[in-house]
Amino acid sequence: MTQPRHLLSVADLGTDGIAEVLRVAEAFAEVERRSMPKVPTLRGKVVATLFFEESTRTRLSFETAAKRLSADVLSLTMANSSVKKGESLRDTIETVEAMGIDAVIIRHSSSGAPHQVARWLTRARVINAGDGWHEHPTQALLDCFTVRQVLAERKGVAPEDLGIGCFEGLRVLIVGDVRHSRVARSEVLAYTALGAHVTLAAPGSLLPPSLEGWPVEVATNFDAALADADVVSLLRLQAERGSGSFVPSLREYTAGWGLTARRVQRLSDAAIVTHPGPMVRGVEIASDVADLPRTVVTQQVTNGVAVRMAILFLLLGGEWPGGDPHG
Amino acid sequence: MAERERSHTRPLGGVFVAHSQLLSAADVQRALTRMAHEIVERNGGIEDVVLVGLQTGGIPLANRMAEALSQIENAEVAVGSLDVAFYRDDIGLRPVLPEAVTNIPGDLAGKVVVLVDDVLFTGRTIRAALNALNDFGRARAVQLAVMIDRGHRELPIRPDYVGKNLPTNREEMIDVGDDGVWIGTLEDK
Repeated sequence: MTQPRHLLSVADLGTDGIAEVLRVAEAFAEVERRSMPKVPTLRGKVVATLFFEESTRTRLSFETAAKRLSADVLSLTMANSSVKKGESLRDTIETVEAMGIDAVIIRHSSSGAPHQVARWLTRARVINAGDGWHEHPTQALLDCFTVRQVLAERKGVAPEDLGIGCFEGLRVLIVGDVRHSRVARSEVLAYTALGAHVTLAAPGSLLPPSLEGWPVEVATNFDAALADADVVSLLRLQAERGSGSFVPSLREYTAGWGLTARRVQRLSDAAIVTHPGPMVRGVEIASDVADLPRTVVTQQVTNGVAVRMAILFLLLGGEWPGGDPHG
Repeated sequence: MAERERSHTRPLGGVFVAHSQLLSAADVQRALTRMAHEIVERNGGIEDVVLVGLQTGGIPLANRMAEALSQIENAEVAVGSLDVAFYRDDIGLRPVLPEAVTNIPGDLAGKVVVLVDDVLFTGRTIRAALNALNDFGRARAVQLAVMIDRGHRELPIRPDYVGKNLPTNREEMIDVGDDGVWIGTLEDK
């Protein structure tokens, strides 16, 4: 496996890298199940979360992950930082590096901001926690992790024993605002790298302007696509990114593309429903559907910590500048 | 016995090439049986004993030890497995990755934990294991059983039960498998 310096895109990992993240995350999931869920692995490392865009669950998840690894966590909210006083992104990043921080977890409304930050930093690692419409790699990884966990539980085996073979030929249907969704882009990369077939279902206005080069199909008949799906990944309408103007009305969107109580009947019994959160009940998912056992949103949140522990560990603990190979 | 792939040691592992056999499979079984008797003797039975095999070489030995103990005492003994990767002191110095998911059977408070590993070398794995065990409760005692003690300790750690003491060179490698114990070297893949 090649050792990426940063996690900017799911593509940085490759199939082997994704498999390794899922494997290591399984070991951290065990740590999470302990009554004392903390290990000394990253003692002395400093991790900073730089969120230029609001988020509760992703920030909490990353900070919990870092703390459970015994790293020190600095949390910079941009609403009350020097950015508001007019400091440039570059100056902010250089300040952070000058403080000896080991990893920067960044969320930014501009696509590509983490890539730019990675070019400026000489020592610290960068983890993309969501950039504009581009990518949200840890979300896609935890979605894959959760799907495998559910499949393993049904078979009565340990998830790590399934490897990544369980994704081969799996039919994943991504529904909703693909155009504005960084989760969708990362999911397409992750699921297809693992051998799954990905289909998109969305009104034309919410599909990306071009799908050239994307290893996906577009569903022509939503109801038929639902019947075929093993995994349904629902996306939120990104009102803050202007999705509202891409659909005639929320009611119409729900009628056509929401997972309503009636539409969920079309799914096979085994189909799993994921959602990156926050869910907007009554829009992309009916409230009753959100509470079905097949809807694994809570497991996704729980698993997010283990997956992010794995990412932090692999980026900050996995380096080996020489040392005694026989130690 | 010819060559075995190893994921441990050397950046990105290597291939273990055997040079000569030190113990036969029967020797290993006899040593295990003797160590099982010593465990029973030392602890006056196996009532509170929990065997914890260290990933990965200690796991099969812990399972065989459990079998030997239950034959001697006619009772079941709890067996767990422990991966110490997250507690190692060489994270960042060499590739450190978990080999498997840890599985400790219940709270260890008040128990006598017998750590089981195939080879005792520098003692650093055991140091990490002692730290890790702390997170599962305060054991009444922790004892150490190893099939081979090859010397070269870097920490004040000693085994309570030893299959065989074996002086080695640092560069050599010991492999404990179903077909006995072999000495050899680790070659690049």
